[in-house]
Amino acid sequence: MKIKNLVMTVAAAGLIFSAQSSVAGDTLASIKKKDSVTCGVSTGLAGFSQKDEKGAWSGLDVDVCRSVAAAVLGDATKVQFKPLTAKERFLALQSGEVDILSRNTTWTHTRDTSLGLNFAGVIYYDGAGFMVSKKLGVKSATELDGANACIQAGTSTELAIADYFRENSMKYKAITFDTSDQTRAGFESGRCDFLVSDQSQLYSLRIGLKDPSSAVVLPEVISKEPLGPVVRQNDDQWFNIVKWVVNASIEGEFQGVTSANATDLKANGKPGQKRLLGSEGDLGEKLGLSADWAYQVIKQVGNYSESFERNVGQDSPLKISRGLNAQWNKGGILYSPAMR
Amino acid sequence: MFSSKTTEQVKLETRPSISGSTKFYNNPIYRGWIYQSLLMVFLIGFFYTIISNTLDNMSAQGIKSGFSFLGTSAGFDVLMSLLPFETTDSYLKIFTIGILNTVLVSIVGIILATILGFIFGIAYFSHNYLIRKISIIYVEVFRNIPVILQVIFWYTVFNLLPIARESINIGDAIYLNVTGLYIPKLVDESGSGFVYSALIVAIIGVYLLKRWAKKRQEQTGEQFPILRTSVALLIGIPLLALLFSGVPFHFDYPSLDRFNFKGGTTIIPEFIALAFALSIYTGAFIAEAVRAGIQSVPKGQTEAARSVGLKESKIMSLIIVPQSMRVITPMLNSEYQSLVKNTTIATAIGYPELFTVFAGSALNQVGQAVEIMFMTLVIYFAINMVISFVMNRFNKRAEITSR
Repeated sequence: MKIKNLVMTVAAAGLIFSAQSSVAGDTLASIKKKDSVTCGVSTGLAGFSQKDEKGAWSGLDVDVCRSVAAAVLGDATKVQFKPLTAKERFLALQSGEVDILSRNTTWTHTRDTSLGLNFAGVIYYDGAGFMVSKKLGVKSATELDGANACIQAGTSTELAIADYFRENSMKYKAITFDTSDQTRAGFESGRCDFLVSDQSQLYSLRIGLKDPSSAVVLPEVISKEPLGPVVRQNDDQWFNIVKWVVNASIEGEFQGVTSANATDLKANGKPGQKRLLGSEGDLGEKLGLSADWAYQVIKQVGNYSESFERNVGQDSPLKISRGLNAQWNKGGILYSPAMR
Repeated sequence: MFSSKTTEQVKLETRPSISGSTKFYNNPIYRGWIYQSLLMVFLIGFFYTIISNTLDNMSAQGIKSGFSFLGTSAGFDVLMSLLPFETTDSYLKIFTIGILNTVLVSIVGIILATILGFIFGIAYFSHNYLIRKISIIYVEVFRNIPVILQVIFWYTVFNLLPIARESINIGDAIYLNVTGLYIPKLVDESGSGFVYSALIVAIIGVYLLKRWAKKRQEQTGEQFPILRTSVALLIGIPLLALLFSGVPFHFDYPSLDRFNFKGGTTIIPEFIALAFALSIYTGAFIAEAVRAGIQSVPKGQTEAARSVGLKESKIMSLIIVPQSMRVITPMLNSEYQSLVKNTTIATAIGYPELFTVFAGSALNQVGQAVEIMFMTLVIYFAINMVISFVMNRFNKRAEITSR
């Protein structure tokens, strides 16, 4: 708690005292100078950003940070992770404490327009859903009238659930918690009857229960929750870099470039592959990066599919299927603008 | 009040000839004014820089500023509200609800902490070994554990209670489970005003009786059994009115719905845990203040009281405690203020007080940290100023009157 307050205070002080230039300044230059990317992640969410026993971070959100470090500094390990709660995240980014916020953050109109931030793309198309205890025998969210809800404070889910219950003229009581661990503990103790969160999180929270089979995830998806990395407004170069690093990973999968074959394709691939990997054209230079920026991303971190399967897909305990997050030609809505 | 003028000023006024002959900057009055204005200019400049710099930075970063967000609909639910609340209500309403919840837990905490503090503070002087030791253990244990741990501890204890459908049932009226304490609610019917007015009449009666008894004792020395008569009046008159008007009340009992209890009054576990932890923690400090206050009263006072034949219990309540108040009150003041500030720990367990609900949830949805933090800190400042004001007035009364 003390540390959390300190983060808030330092962040607020940053807003108050810093001269204009240092906040809105040149993020790329400052990253090159300190030789690492500072990345705001969650305090621990399986599949998205979590720390193992050795202190190494992994997850879909973490891979975005690593990809950016690979593209900018040529080394995916040059990342400093800063765990943030949902409540702290935007202030930390606004004040310049982190260079990117990659923390399962929903892209909303209000956040994009009034916080001085820009969303650099979508890395996971999510939607809020419900998890209930099996004992209650609830089959649909429409049966939840009068129930207590466990929610993480300061999330877009907090708003989505209010809308959903109002639309269906039902009542609920919101019990809010600071971290997703506390939310799960509240659900387990019976303080609330159901837990509401992004679907992807529900699966990872369910795995963390003492008895995962005691809870069920309801079929309803009540909101759009496109998750993606966020950067400060007024630094278009940095915004472009993060945006195109995300696209490079998606385009990599589309073009069939993987971490295993990237080196080979860089020399002998098709024109599109060569352009992406930097052996043809000048895409890197236009971003202010080296020619092999995307090659480094795919070589060191992998394309979108590799990252997805490793962290949340079939090679992970979560076993989430691609669904909406498949390429556009494979039944999903993932689509990178043209790499040329 | 001549204490408002310094000795220097008084001297100056009485000896104008000296100050007239020197340079104006050697004149203490002018010099005072110069220093004061310099400080003022510095302060205004300082705050102006901070505020304008913040606003510039915010607009340069494209962050919205201003207070227009207060009128817009919040769109999220608040767990506990003393006012009727819908998720479509404005942020201003959220702000008000937060303040009320902070004030509620502060008042409950202050009352309980004071009771606990006085009981254990006085118990320290008990002749009974066990009671004395319990008082010492209470103070040492709860004073030495961080208050946030105590809050989380009580909350965890609450979380071990059974779920709603397996509630602890006390006489089919009171239910206790992990989602809170459910008690019957008193509902007024027509004619209830009569009973309330009877209660008010009884209170006025007790007040008048007390004044009369005091006067009589001062004049004649005769005592009147004031406590017994007061209790009889306070219970008797409203009870008579109640019977006379045919009991114009009924109870609304909580009953189990599909998920939870409906009806009655719900006291949420977050509130109970916070109020419990804060009053027990602050009570330990107040007990120490009470002990110090009592020890500050010279032994001679007790001996003198005994020699005029006062009973031991009367010595405590009439001689020792009133005199010790002048030591206790300033300490109470700061304990009350820390209690109010400590309510912000609620954010650890999600009790929806000002800091959690406004500087937490609302801040995150709106993103205007500077405005929201400013409003929040102004409120805590204001609440503590009120406490300070009341306690200082009380302190004035408790102070030694010396001439």
